[in-house]
Amino acid sequence: MPAGLNINFYAVMPEILVTALALIVLVLDLFIRKNKAALGWVSVIGLICILPFAAYTNEPYPVFGGTIIADSFSAFFNVIFIIAAIFTILISMDYLRKIGVDRGEYYHIILFATVGMMVMGAANDLINVYVGLELMALSFYILVAYRVKSSRSVEGALKYFVLGALSSGILLYGMSFAYGAAGSTNFMEIAGELGKGDNTYLTLGIILMAVGFGFKIAAVPFHMWSPDVYEGAPTPVTALLSVGSKAAAFAAFLRVFTAAFPAFQADWSSMLWIISAATMIFGAVVAISQRNIVRMLAYSSIAHAGIIMIGLIVFNDTGLAGVAYYLLVYAFMNMGAFTIVALFRNKGRFENIDEYKGLSTTRPLLAFLMALFLLSLAGIPPTGGFAAKFFILSAAIDAKYYWLASIGVVSTAISLFFYAKVIFYMYMKEPDPGAEIAPASGVIYNIVLFCTAVGTVFLGVYPAPFIDMAVKAVRPLLM
Amino acid sequence: MEFVFLIPLLPLLGATVNGVIGSKLPKRAVGLIACLVMAAAFVVSICTFYKLMLLPATERSVVVSFFSWIASGSFSVDMAFLIDPLSALMILIVTGVGFLIHVYSTGYMHDDKAYWRYMCYLNLFVFFMLMLVLGSNYLVMFLGWEGVGLCSYLLIGFWYEKKSASDAGKKAFVVNRIGDFGFILGLFLLYWSLSDLGAGSLDYKTVFENIHNIDPAILTIIGLLLFVGAAGKSAQVPLYVWLPDAMEGPTPVSALIHAATMVTAGVYMVARNNALYSLIPHVGNIIASVGIFTALFAATMGLVQNDIKKVLAYSTVSQLGYMFAAVGVGAYGAGVFHLMTHAFFKGLMFLGSGSVIHAMGGEQDMRRMGGLHSHMKITSVTFIIGALAIAGMPPFSGFWSKDEILWEAFEKGHFVIWAVGLLTAGMTAFYMFRQVFMTFTGECRADDHTKHHLHESPSSMTIPLIILAILSAVGGIIGIPLFEEGTAAHQFLNPVFSHGEQELHSEAVHGGLELIMMGVSVAVGLTGIFLASLLYYAPMKKYAPSFWRPEAIASSFKGLHRLLFNKYYIDEIYDYLVVNPIKRFCDWCLSFDLGVIDWFVNFAAWATRLTAWASHKFDIYIVDGLVNSMSTLVTYNSSIWRRLQTGYLQNYALVFVVGVLIIIVRVLLG
Repeated sequence: MPAGLNINFYAVMPEILVTALALIVLVLDLFIRKNKAALGWVSVIGLICILPFAAYTNEPYPVFGGTIIADSFSAFFNVIFIIAAIFTILISMDYLRKIGVDRGEYYHIILFATVGMMVMGAANDLINVYVGLELMALSFYILVAYRVKSSRSVEGALKYFVLGALSSGILLYGMSFAYGAAGSTNFMEIAGELGKGDNTYLTLGIILMAVGFGFKIAAVPFHMWSPDVYEGAPTPVTALLSVGSKAAAFAAFLRVFTAAFPAFQADWSSMLWIISAATMIFGAVVAISQRNIVRMLAYSSIAHAGIIMIGLIVFNDTGLAGVAYYLLVYAFMNMGAFTIVALFRNKGRFENIDEYKGLSTTRPLLAFLMALFLLSLAGIPPTGGFAAKFFILSAAIDAKYYWLASIGVVSTAISLFFYAKVIFYMYMKEPDPGAEIAPASGVIYNIVLFCTAVGTVFLGVYPAPFIDMAVKAVRPLLM
Repeated sequence: MEFVFLIPLLPLLGATVNGVIGSKLPKRAVGLIACLVMAAAFVVSICTFYKLMLLPATERSVVVSFFSWIASGSFSVDMAFLIDPLSALMILIVTGVGFLIHVYSTGYMHDDKAYWRYMCYLNLFVFFMLMLVLGSNYLVMFLGWEGVGLCSYLLIGFWYEKKSASDAGKKAFVVNRIGDFGFILGLFLLYWSLSDLGAGSLDYKTVFENIHNIDPAILTIIGLLLFVGAAGKSAQVPLYVWLPDAMEGPTPVSALIHAATMVTAGVYMVARNNALYSLIPHVGNIIASVGIFTALFAATMGLVQNDIKKVLAYSTVSQLGYMFAAVGVGAYGAGVFHLMTHAFFKGLMFLGSGSVIHAMGGEQDMRRMGGLHSHMKITSVTFIIGALAIAGMPPFSGFWSKDEILWEAFEKGHFVIWAVGLLTAGMTAFYMFRQVFMTFTGECRADDHTKHHLHESPSSMTIPLIILAILSAVGGIIGIPLFEEGTAAHQFLNPVFSHGEQELHSEAVHGGLELIMMGVSVAVGLTGIFLASLLYYAPMKKYAPSFWRPEAIASSFKGLHRLLFNKYYIDEIYDYLVVNPIKRFCDWCLSFDLGVIDWFVNFAAWATRLTAWASHKFDIYIVDGLVNSMSTLVTYNSSIWRRLQTGYLQNYALVFVVGVLIIIVRVLLG
């Protein structure tokens, strides 16, 4: 163990504050009977106030006996998590009323999920990674099942729970191998023990942990849950799942593999190479034949996970910074796309892509924004999606991963097909006569759409400062 | 001093507002905005001037830096202003005279349909002019330098439907480009040579501190190149030809740009670079010679012009020549002083001629004028004050400044310059009073319709005239040698020129000799006026001898008269030597283009079409076939693989576990 416990509450202040906020919302829920949206507002305002604390890093060294580290890396991801949570809560308030489940615990469960993500990002110890991951996962099991009246929601939640339990078991199994081989759960100490003796069990542990994280980021072949869960869950939860949960899993993934197992980089990168390639191709190809827009976005999200993995595989500063930057951009563009889907999806309507026909005439602004987000997801300049893809793929080419980069480009090219299909429906087709007109966006939706659209464009037009931030964020990982 | 950024920013603001929404605003609002920003800029300039005066004389050089404009490697330029006596005086002239001319314009241009565009350009011009004089480095100056050139072009060709106006604009722009080319080459050479010395900078302070280290031969080239720029902008021989044509622009523009401010930029630049030119006095001699030759040359052409504005235009060229003669001989203070008084009296005379043209319904030919004094007294009196000032009659301002130039030239031993200057002064007095007599006295030669409409201009035009007349009358005060150390103007400006002006002002020189010189120049001026009055002033005509009548002179010096009347055929010579060869070269290029290049292009087009046809077929049958089969393949795979998604949880778990096993086997055994 390190010389002292080094207890420093400032280092975990963002986590403490979000937890406190969740508890406050929990208590307030007892007193606010009617207007549960007020809890949403409390959560949003609280998170906005916490955001500066989360972005501020004061203790770039491990605290609490080396189990937690509040460095620029965790701060960068904390910002992604909190922004994603803010957007999610904002679009949830209206959505919950629409599906008739306007209940208070929703908000503090989201906040607890956020705390879980933040712990994953800041963890410097396998146990903390697991605790954060389970806190996040348990919260999501509940959230996915939130449309209790819909059988698909409950079905999705059950599938997520069973497979999530399986993956958690495998992750824990891997961690126990790592502990057995290294004699510690602390990343630095694991890294210090590497190479002393037989490493077979440690390798097994690495594989199993990769599987556990691969499940959370929905990498092939551990992705099977995601289309069903995405489709069944309330759409804002889907948005948070695709943005926050994925970012948190990547944060832990990066931290564990770079801090604990840098010496095994050759082994794990060749393993991840296959997973990444399979994920990119499979996600993009299968998305083409999807008719349901949420399932399409689920597969697109799988494909994105494959591309983001490239950054980890190449394991240099640009690649890792690319991961962080990609996830930041992804938070904006995917959140924006899901916001529009959440706005339209209502009682079985606007589930299928062909229902977006002629949206450009009925809701021109929303159609334009949807097109913007989809083009960004497809990686078309001048959007953030382009800058992020460019960053990661150029890192791969720098590191001479030509095949992986080529597969990434092919995957991107294929993915343009299904994104463009939605745009094609929106702009080139006439709306069906007598079809239900898409609902108009309210003020809150407009705010969220404005913020996400500005973020998406700005990160593409002027990426330099954010890329700098991402580079600074991943610097602790490479030391 | 912190607010000095407001001085150029206010006119820019006015230009922006009028340029963006001016067409939608009422004319009154447009005029008000344009004049208000100028008034505000003038007030800020006065405050700046006052603050500068509060400083001790040796500390009157303040650099205010706003932001780093360009920073590239070791090269960096700040957006910074230099406030010293020279620039303070210049901003007062620019904003002060500029403000009066803006006010005048609200009356003069009131009926123009593009009033807002005019005001926008005028404000924009002032902005650039202020950047030019305020900049603390060559690049900011160059920004202003190019900007005023642009605005000059825009305003000369303001009535662009008129071919002569748009031609004149183009001519001004092209001739100025030649000068600017020299200027920028000079800057490159300057920066380059300083870089070799390890002091690469365009900042005045750094440049002037290191300039004596540059090889004098290179310094000579730099000085000459910069002077080419100055000659272009300030209409010196041989680049003066654009200025007379520039009179196609609205008259207030001629007053502001082509008399009071922009054309003096060259003089300002040479004065600003006094540290450079003092190191190369031989270049100074060239400048002085060019200047005084221009003064004489332009004055001779001014003698026979009949267009009221053309006379003033040649007189401007001539007066600018005086200024260059002054700065060339190292009398920077005298040059800048004459610049200032010239801004007053020439601005006044242009505005006065504008008032006359306004009253005459657009007529500019003096042969159709006459007797206007009885119709427009204010214009007439103020114009005569201006004429007296330019003719060098005491106590008007022009007397003090012109006399100082002549005296300094004489004192420094440039007797030829002094003599030519004196001759030119006589000619100036002559043609100015020829103009006064032809315009304001005698019988009115206009047609009845015009005569009927003769009227004094509105007060928005006469008040600026009166103010400028007062300034022309008394503006010379600061140049009266009352003090032992020299005049007030000198005392004020000397710190700037401490590099340039050597200790030449011993106390004795302002003695009797100078008084004699003053007497001589006044006598010469009076002679000029007298000769003009014999020719053109009705009550005096009868005393004129028979050979001293306009027709008699014209016939006895037929060749000379025709030469002068046709402006020495300089435009024709330039056309023959420069313009036409270039045109012929262009024609040749055109026929080459049509005959040879186009043939290739057409051939290439034909070949392209052939290839396009072939590749179209290739595309349809081979490429599209491949693409379609690829897309069929992808779609087919997609529909196969989606069947993996059975919806059964146990299948998902199975895939999961199989995946784990495959990876373990692959990594551990592979």
